[in-house]
Amino acid sequence: MLTNRLIACFDIRNGLVTKAHKFKNNIDIGSAENMAVKMYEDQIDEIIFYDITASSEKRKIDIDTVKKVAKQVFVPFTVGGGIKSLDDMYEVLKAGAEKISIDSMAVRNPNIIKEGALAFGSQCIVLSMQVKRVKKTISIPSGYEIAIDGARVFTGMDAVEWAKKAQGLGAGEICVNSIDQDGTHAGYDIEITSLISRNVNVPVIASGGAGTPQHLVDVFSNTEASAAIISSMLYSPKIERNYSMKEIKEKLI
Amino acid sequence: MIGVIDYKAGNAPSVLNALNKLNIDSKLITSEQDMKSVSGIILPGVGSAKATMESLRSMKILEKLEEMVVGEGKPFLGICIGLQVLFEFSEEGDTNCLGWLRGCVKRFPESRVRVPHIGWNGVKFNYEHPIISKINSNEFFYFVNSYYVVPNNNDIILGRTKYGLEFCTMVAHKNIFATQFHVEKSGLIGLQLLKNFAAVVGGDLC
Repeated sequence: MLTNRLIACFDIRNGLVTKAHKFKNNIDIGSAENMAVKMYEDQIDEIIFYDITASSEKRKIDIDTVKKVAKQVFVPFTVGGGIKSLDDMYEVLKAGAEKISIDSMAVRNPNIIKEGALAFGSQCIVLSMQVKRVKKTISIPSGYEIAIDGARVFTGMDAVEWAKKAQGLGAGEICVNSIDQDGTHAGYDIEITSLISRNVNVPVIASGGAGTPQHLVDVFSNTEASAAIISSMLYSPKIERNYSMKEIKEKLI
Repeated sequence: MIGVIDYKAGNAPSVLNALNKLNIDSKLITSEQDMKSVSGIILPGVGSAKATMESLRSMKILEKLEEMVVGEGKPFLGICIGLQVLFEFSEEGDTNCLGWLRGCVKRFPESRVRVPHIGWNGVKFNYEHPIISKINSNEFFYFVNSYYVVPNNNDIILGRTKYGLEFCTMVAHKNIFATQFHVEKSGLIGLQLLKNFAAVVGGDLC
């Protein structure tokens, strides 16, 4: 039977892992390379790196860090941030990542999903979306709006419609990041995760808000998500306590 | 020396990283020239069957590869697409493949499961074999696939996995081994399988 995947997520800034609260007030935690290796040794299922300032600083992704991690970590490795073209994707894959996460760039240019899927296969393309709970309207019937650029710019796009469109363009996975839950340690947004996972047929990754192993139990029993992102509960000093993978997996059995 | 075939859409660098970690002598194969000194070959894979076959053709290594693997019996390990292209035909892009093994490659029925099949899934072994030495049946490996292989001959099926249906996820036929899962991304268990392959190449196990 396929297990629900636990994905350690690292927001990277200048080669360091950083933690935010609702996409703001970042604090730096440690070297990206060391923390990735530590999580691999702790038997994490998968790792995601977001180079969070690559887009806003208009520079390319930190390839050296990607290469260093890929030499030591033998579980799936996804990289996102600052990817604008097929060449950028190829460079990340060549550096040893398996998957590419695209977010704001895909909203600006949805065709990049299609181009990436055709060139490297759908399994390489993770569409990551920032969603915020809003009032239900005719243009946003799900009550969740898509934001971009670190939750600073709102697009007027409906989250469920965007997920369906991204799947049609060839996205192989869809990661649903809740802006409301991000860094709160109060649990995932079950409603939107459930809604999107029922409306697409590709695997959905829940993201934002995990603080205890119970939150994982909640999201896997109340939604059709195939995977969930965890970060604070693994390593953040801002949270009450951290958990080992062993503790988390025991809770999930 | 193990040669890892490097075509643009594959993930040869990841496999090389894993072999380096295990201190196994290895190098990338980008042309027929690179194949001379190797005693075992790995064909890694991500992407589509069609793109993979086109890449292998454009590298002009197919004849030499067949001579080494089918003719001389050099140990061969296919990973993911590297398993699928061993069969005669793939539904993915209606592609004629290598045909070293009899059978075909089919797409998962979307009405029953999410496609692609992504994640850690159990592999049940049908019998013991040196290539799976020190690995228990029902261990979890990492998969990413939308298609699965259907061999004509059940005897070559070494491992099976359930996802909507039960399908073949590992084959062993003489010197030819192949896995649907990504050994290079399956943590310590995956690395053990690569270590076993290296032992077969080195003549330690067979």
